[in-house]
Amino acid sequence: MWPIFHKLGSPPWLYAISGSILRWLLPLTLLALGIGMVWGLLFTAPDFRQGNSYRIIYIHVPAAVVALAGYYVMALAGAISLIWRMKMADVAMRAAAPVGAALTFIALFTGAVWGKPTWGTWWVWDARITSMLILLFLYLGVVALYEAYDNKEAAGKACAVLSLVGMVNIPIIYKSVDWWYSLHQPASIKFTGDSTIHASMLYPLLWMIVAFYALFTCCLLLNIRTQLLQREARTQWVKKLAAGTGNN
Amino acid sequence: MYFDSLRAVLEMDGHGVYVWAAYLVGIAVIAMAVIIPMRRRKALLLQLSAEHKRAQFDNRDRGGS
Repeated sequence: MWPIFHKLGSPPWLYAISGSILRWLLPLTLLALGIGMVWGLLFTAPDFRQGNSYRIIYIHVPAAVVALAGYYVMALAGAISLIWRMKMADVAMRAAAPVGAALTFIALFTGAVWGKPTWGTWWVWDARITSMLILLFLYLGVVALYEAYDNKEAAGKACAVLSLVGMVNIPIIYKSVDWWYSLHQPASIKFTGDSTIHASMLYPLLWMIVAFYALFTCCLLLNIRTQLLQREARTQWVKKLAAGTGNN
Repeated sequence: MYFDSLRAVLEMDGHGVYVWAAYLVGIAVIAMAVIIPMRRRKALLLQLSAEHKRAQFDNRDRGGS
């Protein structure tokens, strides 16, 4: 168990392993996203009440689910970098922020576009939607806060604290549709009890959720690689890597 | 396939504009999330490689004089 932690702390090892993972995971993920989108858009029956507008579910729900899961990754990495001063945890925390922001934006945008034909409005300031908007600001806040500091060590600490404080928003998002009156429906997929969604709609949805998790992993690794190079620019292994690039 | 013509796919009984807008923006954001870090990494490597070459030339000049 411990050697893996030791290796995870090694930038050249992390750079190399993430590169070899991405080589197969990225094409596979893009293929899975393509298949899931075609499945949801063309091969499922329309909803009997919402008609075809419900097809937005196949991009809206996976983006929202993974945007929330991504926050755990960011906050956990932030906690590890604060407690154990692990540099690679700081890198992972900052790598997660732009990916989470992109996914939260997709969830908000597709939600607004879905809201228009379904609720008759693009936007309402209710609990679910407002707390998701706060999630977007938290992700963007981590990105902006890091850039605002000249001292990058202090910046990392501030971002870690912000991401941990922001954790309070996560249960609020989950529970918002139960605690407050909302236009937004409660969850249809349930871990305990029967899901209130037909199997023909559930399978492509689960497929897309898995594909979005894979997408998050890919983007996280891509960002980690870029940040490793930035952070380690003056080290021998990066210099060697850069020297090799110029010869190609 | 559920739809019987390309027109039906695009129109989706009047919901086409919403569905396609959601998917197109979603795809665009996904593409950006993948492409931006890739391009930044490549640009950084090229920049570091240029710096490395410059340092090599400087060393050679100093050694020759």
